[in-house]
Amino acid sequence: MAKAKLTFKDINVTVTVPIGVRVIEISDKVGSGIVYGCREGDCGTCLMKVEDGWENLSTPSVVEDKVLREHAAGKHFRLACQAQVLGDVTVSPA
Amino acid sequence: MNKQIIEAVNGNQAVPVSDSVHWIGALDPTLRTFDIILKTANGTSYNSYLVRGSEGVAVIDTVKEQFSDTFFARLESIASYDEIKVIVLNHLEPDHSGALPELMRRAPQAQLYISQRAQSMLKALLNQNDFQFKTVNTNDTVSLGDRTLRFLHTPYLHWPDTQCTYLEEDKVLFSADVFGCHFCDNRLFNDHVGDFRFSFEYYYAHIMRPFKEYVLKALALIEPLELASIAPAHGPVLRDRPLDYVKRYRELSTSRLHSEVKDQEKSLLIFYISSYGNTARMAEAIYAGAGEIEDVRVSLFDLEGSEVSPFVDLIEEADGLVFGTPTINGDAVKPVWDLLSSLAVVSTRGKHGAAFGSFGWSGEAVRMVEDRMRGLKMQLSVPGIRVKLIPTDEELGLCEEFGRNIANALVGRFEQKNIEIESL
Repeated sequence: MAKAKLTFKDINVTVTVPIGVRVIEISDKVGSGIVYGCREGDCGTCLMKVEDGWENLSTPSVVEDKVLREHAAGKHFRLACQAQVLGDVTVSPA
Repeated sequence: MNKQIIEAVNGNQAVPVSDSVHWIGALDPTLRTFDIILKTANGTSYNSYLVRGSEGVAVIDTVKEQFSDTFFARLESIASYDEIKVIVLNHLEPDHSGALPELMRRAPQAQLYISQRAQSMLKALLNQNDFQFKTVNTNDTVSLGDRTLRFLHTPYLHWPDTQCTYLEEDKVLFSADVFGCHFCDNRLFNDHVGDFRFSFEYYYAHIMRPFKEYVLKALALIEPLELASIAPAHGPVLRDRPLDYVKRYRELSTSRLHSEVKDQEKSLLIFYISSYGNTARMAEAIYAGAGEIEDVRVSLFDLEGSEVSPFVDLIEEADGLVFGTPTINGDAVKPVWDLLSSLAVVSTRGKHGAAFGSFGWSGEAVRMVEDRMRGLKMQLSVPGIRVKLIPTDEELGLCEEFGRNIANALVGRFEQKNIEIESL
């Protein structure tokens, strides 16, 4: 099974995960500072900064893009409840 | 000599506020509970305003839907619908947007202005997919000829969509819910109405306080303005000494108690409650461990010894919170839930949290408290610690380490860790 390294910069933890995992599935379990609201891609609470490996996340859906725009999110920001890991990525709370 | 009663609100007439501004809102004197969480002893008002310029008229906010008749009657007393060039919604909550769909139907030529973040609230509130609107940001303007409206982006006061609108020539700030309160008085203006100070303080304490950081950002935009009046969306129009109210918001959103915690120190509050002293002994060990870490100021509190609200004030400014609870009947105990359910008035987002406790049977409480803290948008970087019945010396040693780990997390000291997903 293809794996990747998901690093949470704020707590210095790297987790080896299968490709396709969403950040939300891991971040609570390791105690990162990314926080969640609706957990379904609508409220924008879980905005996270992609420090490295921006190109290794799944492309945002139309719905995620709309939420990112409404929150005036900068270029390397994604919703942690939506973004799926496809390769090595480093993230931190927004 | 009989005193003349200064009743500004009279029948369905609009009330002049300045040269070009009229109040066209509605009074709701029988309301006693607003939005579940707020009480009011004399009702509230839904303040809507009409601004007249040489090239057209603007309507700033509307009213709660069931007061539409009075709103339209007041509007019609000073303007015709075809004169309305601009409609501004500073806030999309139904008590301000209730009459908007009908207003837009009566004035189809009018352009609606909302804040950028208001887009995410439109569907849910106005149930419309085909509204035409323009989004505006700070310092965007719209002209009514000899009158200019300038927008200030002031989100999260108290919804994502909120903004303020400043009428430059008359120096009137239409502030939406900022500087507002639930107080109903047909004398309308702050220099004539009854004593509304408690309503003003109460409104801030419940509605704005959780968004203190956003209040400060908004004040940075508002404080430089020349202000003749503040025209909020609820309560008295503040035409007398409006700057006093801006100053009061500045005071309320600044630290209310002088803190002894130094700038570079992080503050950690450990709360506990204990039946037989086991959770208490864990608390003391955690306190000792945390106390070894530099730049962390640790406090230890027994929940049996205080009411909830003084702790809420401390929690507002603390960097980390730890809760110790026994498990009784598969639950954390009520004093812990009382405190954890009283934190909606402050912002807990991003604070560090952890939980611990002794138990006899199954020990569910610690995880329940952790779930609650995650729901409060806190960061839980140290897993909770549970001990069956009386803690052994070894277990107390683990509690000390738990305390050190939490304190280290507060100052950002994390050991590098590589984890396989299977171990999670």
